[in-house]
Amino acid sequence: MLIIRTAFKNIIGAGRATWLNIAVLSFVLVIMTAYNGILDGWIEQSRRDTMDWDTGWSQLWQPNYDKYDIFSLPDAHGKTPAQIDDLLKTGMAAPVLVIQASVYPQGRMMNIQLKGIDPEQHILKIPSLSLRSTGGETPVVIGKRMAATTRLKKGDRVMIRWRDRNGIFDAREVRVAAIFETTVGSADTGQMWIALDDLYAMTGMQDEATYIVMQRESLVNANVGGWHFKDNDFLQTDNRMLEQSSRAESLIIFAILLTLALLAVYDTQTLSIFRRQKEIGTYVALGMTPREVTGLFTIEGTTYSLFAAIFGTIWGSPLLYWFTKTGLPMPEAYGDVGMAVGKAMYPAYKLTTITTTILVVIVFSALVSYLPARKIAHQNMVWALKGKIN
Amino acid sequence: MINVKQFKRTESKYIIRAEGLTKDYPVGEGHFRALSDINLTFSEGEFAGLVGPSGSGKTTLLNIIGSLDTPTSGSVAVLGREVSALTAKQSAFLRNRHIGFIFQSYNLLPVYTVYENVEFTLLLQKKNREERHKAVMEALDWVGLTEKKDARPAQLSGGESQRVAIARAMVKRPAIVLADEPSANLDAENSHHILQTMQQLNSELKTTFLFATHDEKVMQYLQRVISLRDGKIEKDTNS
Repeated sequence: MLIIRTAFKNIIGAGRATWLNIAVLSFVLVIMTAYNGILDGWIEQSRRDTMDWDTGWSQLWQPNYDKYDIFSLPDAHGKTPAQIDDLLKTGMAAPVLVIQASVYPQGRMMNIQLKGIDPEQHILKIPSLSLRSTGGETPVVIGKRMAATTRLKKGDRVMIRWRDRNGIFDAREVRVAAIFETTVGSADTGQMWIALDDLYAMTGMQDEATYIVMQRESLVNANVGGWHFKDNDFLQTDNRMLEQSSRAESLIIFAILLTLALLAVYDTQTLSIFRRQKEIGTYVALGMTPREVTGLFTIEGTTYSLFAAIFGTIWGSPLLYWFTKTGLPMPEAYGDVGMAVGKAMYPAYKLTTITTTILVVIVFSALVSYLPARKIAHQNMVWALKGKIN
Repeated sequence: MINVKQFKRTESKYIIRAEGLTKDYPVGEGHFRALSDINLTFSEGEFAGLVGPSGSGKTTLLNIIGSLDTPTSGSVAVLGREVSALTAKQSAFLRNRHIGFIFQSYNLLPVYTVYENVEFTLLLQKKNREERHKAVMEALDWVGLTEKKDARPAQLSGGESQRVAIARAMVKRPAIVLADEPSANLDAENSHHILQTMQQLNSELKTTFLFATHDEKVMQYLQRVISLRDGKIEKDTNS
């Protein structure tokens, strides 16, 4: 208790050096909390958006379907398994039929994936109601990225070409019924959504699907009728890999910031021990053991981080709270690189992340405080009392 | 091994006894002999001084007695215990309970008030608040600084600082006070003042005072003068 009290008094008495260390460490804590908050917020948002727009909670894949192999598509279709008929009827599952197609905007040709979906489905946020047939036209919906690439606007008509189930080419003019905006590139880029019944008619693949999107409440958790069950964890693989890479980046940034801040603490400690030789000798003369004096200086250094946590909370909390309200604006182009990124990233602060950050700062502060202080235990106290370095 | 909690002075005629004490400091390939075959004893309540020019070994002897340094050979027993045989913890205990130090440059803790500086040693002894308060105020009363108890060392004059150092050394009522050039940074008036204070405490509390000094003003107060030259005892007024 005496050591803690003495350490406290000493660092308060140290004035500017103390404030400098506290300021630098609190800066690191707040920046890292904000950074991790953004990361956590983005990951949360990305997971949610991916489920809402692309994957649903889980999926059943036709055995030949491989999301990452476009050449699997021609064979990746089949009758939906009878075991989930009830789920399909109640809307807890929605079949999606995917075929390769070409679109010809302004005389150009682009390869796309033509995705058939039930206009009445409500599992994905795709505005499928716009796909309801109106007066003999074939409506399609596309995302904003796709619209930008094809230069299509709502109401535009465009020619598409595809192969039916027998491999015969066919073509038709479709009308862009709606353009939706999503953060999920995989539901937008190179995709064109069409009514499932229209696609059945175009391909002859009646009642077939490539994969079936399911709600969480569907409770399906295993293969059904030979179709492969893909759980949410699997469907979030891309996000998880991005998260891992972002976490690694965050760790590197944290390490750099923390190293810079700890250099300040280390410097202060080294200088402090150099300048306070007489004081060290005095503590020993008064009855402290050199180890206790080492402990005192270590606690002094560690206390910087404790004060930094308090100081950082005081000035950082309003700032971080404000950040949750305004978010971090993101450039449009960010969404084109495959990440589910909105117009702004809203941080989500997790208690475990904040606690871990503070603990790491405290532990490393203690370590860099101990490193110079441990020399005290081996110091000649006679020389220390005289203020001479040895 | 001695349990620090049971560190009690053994029955001995002398409060300090040095036998065949030698101290060498390494210098380059060789060594410098600071003390050479010192044989000395001090009894309880002595007011004695080690005098001699710079480099004569008086501070070295004081530091060894205070268990801040160890001899190269020979032995020093303080309160009947061999100092060089003590562990770091036992040495700290000895200094905390039985030895008070007064330094030339006062060595007050800069961030503490006068009161807290004097109290510090009692905090190490884990005395309760009431005991500490009573002892600190008594010690400050001895040196006439009760009104300055809330001042910081930077706000004190040299004489006042040294009086705080005396109070800090005396507050625990130690058996021995080791004073290394206590008047070196003081003017004549302050020197006499602190020496009179120490003399008074010596007679009232029977504390053994041992000075290292080459100040004539101090010497005139000493009951016993041990002259050192080149690490050897040149003259001891007691013998």
